[in-house]
Amino acid sequence: MKTNGLVARIQGKPDRWKERWGQRLVAAVPMGWLLVFFLAPFLFVLKIAFSESRLGIPPYQPLLEWVDGAVLQLQFNLANFGFFLEDPLYAAAYLSSLKMAAVSTLICLMIGYPMAYSITKVRQPWRNVLLMLVILPFWTSFLIRVYAWIGILKNEGLLNNFLMWVGVIDQPLPLLHSPFAVYVGIVYSYLPFMILPLYATLERMDLTLREAAQDLGCRPWEVMLKITLPLSLPGIIAGSMLVFIPAAGEFVIPDLLGGSNVLMIGKVLWNEFFLNRDWPLASAVAVVMLVLLLVPFMLFQHYQARQDEAEAR
Amino acid sequence: MLRPAERNAPSSPRFEPWTQPGNTPFIRVQGVSKAFGGEPAVTGANLDIYKGELFSLLGGSGCGKTTLLRLIAGFEVPDDGRILIDGIDMTGVPPYERPVNMVFQSYALFPHMSVERNIAFGLRQERMPRKEMNERVSQALDLLRLTPLSSRRPDQLSGGQRQRVALARALVKHPKVLLLDEPLAALDKKLRENTQFELVNIQERVGITFILVTHDQEEAMTMSTRIGIMNEGYIEQVGTPREIYEFPGTRFVADFIGAANMFGGVILRLDEQGAAIQAPDIETEVEVAHAGAGVAGMPVTVMVRPEKVRISKTAPKNQDTNRTEGTVVEIGYLGDMSIFHVRLDSGKVMQASQLNLHQDAEQKITWEDRVHLSWHPSNAVMLTL
Ligand SMILES: Nc1ncnc2c1ncn2[C@@H]1O[C@H](COP(=O)(O)OP(=O)(O)O)[C@@H](O)[C@H]1O
Ligand SMILES: [Mg+2]
Repeated sequence: MKTNGLVARIQGKPDRWKERWGQRLVAAVPMGWLLVFFLAPFLFVLKIAFSESRLGIPPYQPLLEWVDGAVLQLQFNLANFGFFLEDPLYAAAYLSSLKMAAVSTLICLMIGYPMAYSITKVRQPWRNVLLMLVILPFWTSFLIRVYAWIGILKNEGLLNNFLMWVGVIDQPLPLLHSPFAVYVGIVYSYLPFMILPLYATLERMDLTLREAAQDLGCRPWEVMLKITLPLSLPGIIAGSMLVFIPAAGEFVIPDLLGGSNVLMIGKVLWNEFFLNRDWPLASAVAVVMLVLLLVPFMLFQHYQARQDEAEAR
Repeated sequence: MLRPAERNAPSSPRFEPWTQPGNTPFIRVQGVSKAFGGEPAVTGANLDIYKGELFSLLGGSGCGKTTLLRLIAGFEVPDDGRILIDGIDMTGVPPYERPVNMVFQSYALFPHMSVERNIAFGLRQERMPRKEMNERVSQALDLLRLTPLSSRRPDQLSGGQRQRVALARALVKHPKVLLLDEPLAALDKKLRENTQFELVNIQERVGITFILVTHDQEEAMTMSTRIGIMNEGYIEQVGTPREIYEFPGTRFVADFIGAANMFGGVILRLDEQGAAIQAPDIETEVEVAHAGAGVAGMPVTVMVRPEKVRISKTAPKNQDTNRTEGTVVEIGYLGDMSIFHVRLDSGKVMQASQLNLHQDAEQKITWEDRVHLSWHPSNAVMLTL
């Protein structure tokens, strides 16, 4: 495609104009989608984040206002972003969210990598069956699956009953409403998002590279360390992003499984919006979170661009 | 056309260790079989390869060449039989402990490493001291003219350059045996021919035993000390390029290597001087000097190469005792030679080729001409398989 464009440019093809507009039109579809469903809502949130809270409907002061029917007044309220300084709770919530997301991502990686790797080793049609099993949980509502974990983890739940029946413990363990329960919930829910991109990279990997490494003296574990792992880095990064970003903003899992013992920013956000009805503050919290999450994402993009560049050369 | 080249082999002008009875083979493949899901890929393979040889495994696609090579490398485990390298039974020895290295058909260069690191990879694995390693790597870079490319990544190299990196990466380990799976198949024709000579050159310089897999008969003929012809998992014949071409052991080999005229017939007489064969395609009986074992009445095939058949418009005045006549139905002009397709009175079409020795000579023989064909008994082979 690149060379086609180049050839067209050199030869000054008459249909260059059409081609260019055709390309723009094709690009316009996803752009339009992002504009309508991502950028517009975000601008709304951004607007609310800079306005002042008030009682009423909607519960915030408009940014632009006619004063005395003659002067258009712009009220730009930065105070909402001061929440960080006012109450250490927010900073703690951010940190704890990032930490929980990071730990969950690591656990997902440690479970997901061997799983993805072994799926690539299985012969068809069993490989597709295993992949189906990975995706199977999506057939049930996310909420119901998280509720199911309450049934497993609560004091009279499946796990405690089983452990007591076996005789490992004689008092039920307080599993539910703990960070442990939240980790279990996040890892369980997001594991497929780790496995699928890992599987995609591992499956595509040239098998003869591993054989070549063995031929040059690598034991199987050295092949894993020196060839397979470095070459699956794009899959590791993609899977980690897909787990880390939604996990950091997760609300349902900490709310249902963590109770009041687990502080996560998603819960804080929910409380500000729906309990305190402080939309501007809640919006500011959301904007800060987006910025925080954007940083790793942009690092990823940067890495990808470099990779593509290297491949293009 | 095929001209089996006498090869300049290492050290002695005639390098033929297989002819000396005292020599022990360096690599012995003994009764090795391998099947994939019940489908045999290699069946009962026996091979003796000597130190310093450039041995080719030649055969059509899917005949089991790669599988046999992978069995030697240790990537596949034989169902039956065993493989010895330098006197040591390789059964149960994993690939990373075998004294062999492989050049993969796809080259299998590590995309995340530079040329230099690719080449050093195997030595790092051996935990070789840095100084010695650097020396060996720069030697290899030098040998394969890769020094200016040492910091490039594999995706920044051309096909021929990648092939040289793959070769360097394997050679730098100083293996006892180098296995090459169609190393030249991905190169274009001109580059392939140059690389053939370069490969032979390198092999002679480093003195390592090469086992080369190829489906290109010309490549096998020009490069090898000996060739093993494979067909449907069986090794049909092992011999020097010359032996394989002049004295094929089976119909398959005769047909696979070069062009061949073949007639079915039955043995009339057989003795030390050769055989007389009744072939319905040719009215008179055919005499063959190179006949193996057989008894009168046995069905056999007579094979004679087109360049051994003389073609003339008048009855030949020579010693060729095998004669027949026919009509020219087709002429293939190849520049250096012409191939005449002659339909015999029996309907059988025979090929005879003739060198075009004079530049401005009009072809004396042309379409529809009635011609005589003749060949000497010592230029024909009797095949029983
Ligand atoms: N890993 C494998 N699994 C199943 N069948 C295989 C495998 N490797 C080779 N085969 C089969 O064995 C036969 C010989 O293959 P191969 O040795 O690759 O042939 P060649 O290299 O001569 O083209 C083919 O029919 C091929 O399909
Ligand atoms: Mg092959």
